[in-house]
Amino acid sequence: MKSFGRRQRTLGVALAALVAAGGAVACSSGDSSGGAAGGTYAIWDPYPQFDDSSAWVKLLTKCGTDAGVTVTRTGYDTTDLTNKALLAAQQNNSPDVLIVDNPVVSTLAEAGVLTTTEETRLDTSAMEPNLLSAGQSGGKTYGVPIGANTLALYYNKAVLAAAGVDPASLTDWAALNAALAKVTAAGKKGITFSAIGTEEGSFQFLPWFWGSGAQLTKLDSPEGVAAVSLWTDWLKKGHAPNSVINNTQTTSWQEFASGDFAFAENGTWQVANAKKLGFEYGIIAIPGKDGGTAPAPTGGEFVTIPVQKQTDRYTASQKLVTCLTSSDNLLATDTTLSYIAPTATVQAKQVAENPELKVWVDAVGAARGRTGDDLGTKYPKVSEQMWKAVQAALSGSKTPQAALAEAQSAAAAATK
Amino acid sequence: MSSSTQTASRDLAAREPARPRARPSRRPAGGGTGRWAAWAFLLPLLAYLIAFYAYPLYRNLDLSLRDYTVRSFVQGDAPFIGLANYREVVDNPTFLPALTHTVVFTAASLVLQFGIGMALAVFFHQHFRLSATLRALFLVPWLLPLIVSASTWSWMLNSEAGVVNTFLGVLGVDPVNWLTSPDWSLASVIIANVWIGIPFNLVLLYSGLQGIPPQIYEAAALDGTTGWQRFWRLTFPLLRPVSAITLLLGLVYTLKVFDIIWIMTKGGPADSSTTLATWSYQLGFGSLLPQFGPGAAVGNLLIVAALAFGLVYIRVQRRQGGTA
Repeated sequence: MKSFGRRQRTLGVALAALVAAGGAVACSSGDSSGGAAGGTYAIWDPYPQFDDSSAWVKLLTKCGTDAGVTVTRTGYDTTDLTNKALLAAQQNNSPDVLIVDNPVVSTLAEAGVLTTTEETRLDTSAMEPNLLSAGQSGGKTYGVPIGANTLALYYNKAVLAAAGVDPASLTDWAALNAALAKVTAAGKKGITFSAIGTEEGSFQFLPWFWGSGAQLTKLDSPEGVAAVSLWTDWLKKGHAPNSVINNTQTTSWQEFASGDFAFAENGTWQVANAKKLGFEYGIIAIPGKDGGTAPAPTGGEFVTIPVQKQTDRYTASQKLVTCLTSSDNLLATDTTLSYIAPTATVQAKQVAENPELKVWVDAVGAARGRTGDDLGTKYPKVSEQMWKAVQAALSGSKTPQAALAEAQSAAAAATK
Repeated sequence: MSSSTQTASRDLAAREPARPRARPSRRPAGGGTGRWAAWAFLLPLLAYLIAFYAYPLYRNLDLSLRDYTVRSFVQGDAPFIGLANYREVVDNPTFLPALTHTVVFTAASLVLQFGIGMALAVFFHQHFRLSATLRALFLVPWLLPLIVSASTWSWMLNSEAGVVNTFLGVLGVDPVNWLTSPDWSLASVIIANVWIGIPFNLVLLYSGLQGIPPQIYEAAALDGTTGWQRFWRLTFPLLRPVSAITLLLGLVYTLKVFDIIWIMTKGGPADSSTTLATWSYQLGFGSLLPQFGPGAAVGNLLIVAALAFGLVYIRVQRRQGGTA
């Protein structure tokens, strides 16, 4: 009886000790990565598809060695990374280098999580200004682009030929509409895209929105209404399937891959998959309303240096970032990621290696940052109202005009 | 049954006075250490409850009462704003539709799940050949991960390539935009949710049916009752306690359904299938810029609703216990 009681007690003490130890472990892990741990530098990236044997991780290790530090790298899912970075910052536990999706940069900067390139003496002079603008807010730059992607129109050569459409003639909306009518008349399907109720939907809508001359600061301008009406009419006339309302860019690509569609709006990252399509395809830039190339939004990541308590860590971090964004390394990285480089020199090298990329380099050249025009952290709020309006119009619950007017007043209230 | 327990407890009460005499002899051995051991055993449970229930609830409440921006979230200096988040949520044009959808979604799901589950339970209670196998098959929806069933439903209900529209086409019916039309999206997610909820109702009601002594049915049959009479006069009233818990658990479960809706429609198009649960997620995590405060406020409203129904259930159960 007595020994049983003692066993109970030891068990209890052991459990209590466990709980305490658990707490201590939690604390100590917080301390170690926050403070200077010799020469260990943490890098977070949104490329979980790369493991330690990949060229990307080897490049990180090599850059670390060159800067005289050891690099520990963690790959996160891109949708996870924003919250992870915010939480880490809240606990003074930020990584030394953070590679993050470009529309998130202004949000993290607003939260005071990121250092400016001025503070950390990062050179951004070689970067294309339209790509760099996604990482700028209030006249300051918060990172260096590592690569860019954007949207264009993939087309099925056989379907266009059968309908008698010359892809070179598709330089404005009228020509595109005429082509879609011909394709549908020939018994094929017109165009597929993604109008899902998330950021992806806004990303896909922006080339048409900007291509009409509309501005994100005024959603319900006549130009904006024209862009929504273009999409709505496609659905009404059967030029685009009703499923676009729930399509992600991946499901939209699968529809195109079925071979029935003439066009698909999709991104640079599908270039590798396009080779597996099983039919001849081509790529044209998205036309603007009255001709010319419509500005598509830029995708791709920025390399940033989060704020640290010990500012002396920035020196090594700066070396790491400079190494990652040097011309040679950019070429290798952007080839692996199927991205277009952010500097003109490397873009020229990419086209020399693979002439197919020319159309993408042009598209990236015409592309625009979503958070540019000093929208910054207002962009997510505007974007949410915009994708809602597009969905409302496409599903027929509101007219384009009414949907955008409502979106504009909601966005104005949210960004006040 | 109850009279026997009563006599048993009376016996215990009669023996009670003898106890104090037995106790002191044991006390010195256990004494204070026994209490310490008791606390030590309690501690892990307490720590668990505090870490995983009390603290998150407190945090959620705290989130909903402060004005969080990304900046104040990181700096930890969000100002206290009282009920402003709740006011903002209630005044939001999405609030009324979301509330209506939640009520419709929950009520329709419960009625259909319970009705179909009850019918199936009575059906399988006949113990025909293969009934066990068929019953096992009905459990499949329950065993599948929600992401699998929800994705499958969204493929089946796809406007262009979905099997449901193909089938309707064979019957000569025009295709329906199940997930992309504001008139149908709520119905579609209800259908999927009912399909997932039937097994749960079936299992609970079936086990309830097995608790009804067969003699009652025999006696009723001797009295010359019809099948319908037997169901409405015997089965249904005798199943009332089981039905109550089935409906309550179903209610709490359905109120918080989020995954199915999010995977199938993301609450759209144009908020036509948004419920309070998906709206709360949408606010907190659905856009690039999280709105933790209003998101937490919506979540708390849901918790309060579930809690209110829980109290109703306890009330009802107590009254039933009194009359039984």
